[in-house]
Amino acid sequence: MTAVLAADGLGKKYGRRWALADCTLRIPPGRVVGLVGPNGAGKTTLLRLAVGLLRPTAGAIEVLGRPPGDDAGQLGRVGFVAQDTPVYAALTVADHLRMGGWLNPRWDDEIARRRACQVGLDPKQRAGKLSGGQRAQLALTLAIAKRPELLVLDEPVASLDPLARREFLQLLMSIVAEAEISVLLSSHLVGDLERVCDYLVVLAASRVQVAGDVDDLLAAHRRLTGPRRDPRTLPGDQEVIEGRHTDVQSTLVVRCAGPVLDPAWTVADLSLEDLVLAYMSRARVPDSADRKPSVLR
Amino acid sequence: MIRLTWRQFRTQATVVSGILAAVTVLLAATGPQLVHLYDISIVPCAARGDCSDAANALASRFHLLQGLGTVLVVVPAVIGVFWGAPLVARELETGTYELAWTQSVPRWRWLAVKLGLAGLASVAVAGLLSLMLTWWSSPIDRVNADPFSVFDQRGIVPLGYAAFAFALGVAAGLLLRRTLAAMAVTLVVFAAVRVAVTRWVRPNLLAPLRLVSAVQPPGSGSFASLAPPQPADWVLSDQVINAAGRVIGQNGAISLGGGRYGFVFGRTVAGGRMTLQGVGPCPTGSPRWVPADSRAPRSTGPPGSVSPGWTSGRC
Repeated sequence: MTAVLAADGLGKKYGRRWALADCTLRIPPGRVVGLVGPNGAGKTTLLRLAVGLLRPTAGAIEVLGRPPGDDAGQLGRVGFVAQDTPVYAALTVADHLRMGGWLNPRWDDEIARRRACQVGLDPKQRAGKLSGGQRAQLALTLAIAKRPELLVLDEPVASLDPLARREFLQLLMSIVAEAEISVLLSSHLVGDLERVCDYLVVLAASRVQVAGDVDDLLAAHRRLTGPRRDPRTLPGDQEVIEGRHTDVQSTLVVRCAGPVLDPAWTVADLSLEDLVLAYMSRARVPDSADRKPSVLR
Repeated sequence: MIRLTWRQFRTQATVVSGILAAVTVLLAATGPQLVHLYDISIVPCAARGDCSDAANALASRFHLLQGLGTVLVVVPAVIGVFWGAPLVARELETGTYELAWTQSVPRWRWLAVKLGLAGLASVAVAGLLSLMLTWWSSPIDRVNADPFSVFDQRGIVPLGYAAFAFALGVAAGLLLRRTLAAMAVTLVVFAAVRVAVTRWVRPNLLAPLRLVSAVQPPGSGSFASLAPPQPADWVLSDQVINAAGRVIGQNGAISLGGGRYGFVFGRTVAGGRMTLQGVGPCPTGSPRWVPADSRAPRSTGPPGSVSPGWTSGRC
């Protein structure tokens, strides 16, 4: 099956700084993929590369089996909602929906009108006068009604209040259930993604730290608490992601292939948020910056 | 894409169409009057010879409307600032390019349609205005016989300026990515280019021609005067040299009207020469222009006998 997104050694450089470096990813189709990482980690860069707004400096990227391009066919297969959801302030909601019809051969006017009505968008209202939440809904409606195979959303809920945030994500989930499309959305908050994503990519310090199915990730990571111990003495199948030590006690987040058998450890499950935070803090340690990303098969 | 571009451009296009319509009505109402006045005042007096009074009367009668000519100086700048500069800059500034570029329309088409439609409109507006004003002003232009002073405001020249200003505005917007900054830069650069072209570039586009005349000794009047072969010829510089070969006056010529240039006898210039450099048709009759770059012996002969038959350069 063709990967929704396949990146190989992908990198993008701005001036002398790599915004995204050595990114190798293979995201299976039919997933809701959460791209999480701190601000400035390269999330927006990766998404803009995926929709063809940027060209890579290094490596290659394929979206739905083809390079994200500037041809009408490929553009029609990917829907994009940009950060801050830009819309034409002087045009009305109805103008925007009309515009969608003019610019997209696969446009579904029925879906567009129904969605706009559902989320309470007044067709006669100028887009510049919409609230942040309504603007995001309008941008999402435009991206959905072009009937893409992949929907890419860059921090879609970052500027929304909690209620609008929940409504937006609910709407997104109903769309996914209905249209059977793949979704790739980014956020710097794990909480936003936890409810909707079944696949997770953690991006920090311009690199992919970990990527995989959410359930697999949770199953493979454990928090170990026990008497103080040098992490290097752990069995070979246990990789330490994050370690904290006091004089007498060690708390480790480890990725393990099998069960933890050592009775000295108290073993606990991790929440998705803890898992993401562990990888993010590992990325902050300088000597780990070149470490290979952990990709779960 | 054409429909979207039109939708974004609609309001401005409507406003400009309104202004164009108003100008059309104004000119259509006064144009025939101007032609009529020309026919009854200038045509008969031209037969008699001297037309300066009638010409002044004609000019003063339509004094205010002649100011419309400057509209054609301003319109290209306005087009560059308000249509050219924001065309791409506003999309980059507000981020709407991300919306536009991720619809099923390739970027090159997005740009081509925007440039094509707005660019065409720019040139069309300047063209229509120029067409109307060139027609309307033709009686006055015939009386003034000074085509170079209104060169920028007649015929196809405003079209060129409009196309340039529009392209300049778009380029500034692309580079600066800020609407307001792009507008300001467009205005300043356009004004600078326009002044530079008028003052420094255009006089040098063609090799100038020269007209040399021996200055008549005092007694023939208080002026030494020389007229270019055609009153409409464009005089770029003038110079008076005395018998000793010293320059005793230049570019301070007194325009005597009717295309004549003169120099007030202040010092003795008997045996001296007066020279005009300018742009006009190549030598045909006498007195004649000769190419300025030919190494003419500093002629001391009477007017009209200066270096006959010299042709080089553009002639």
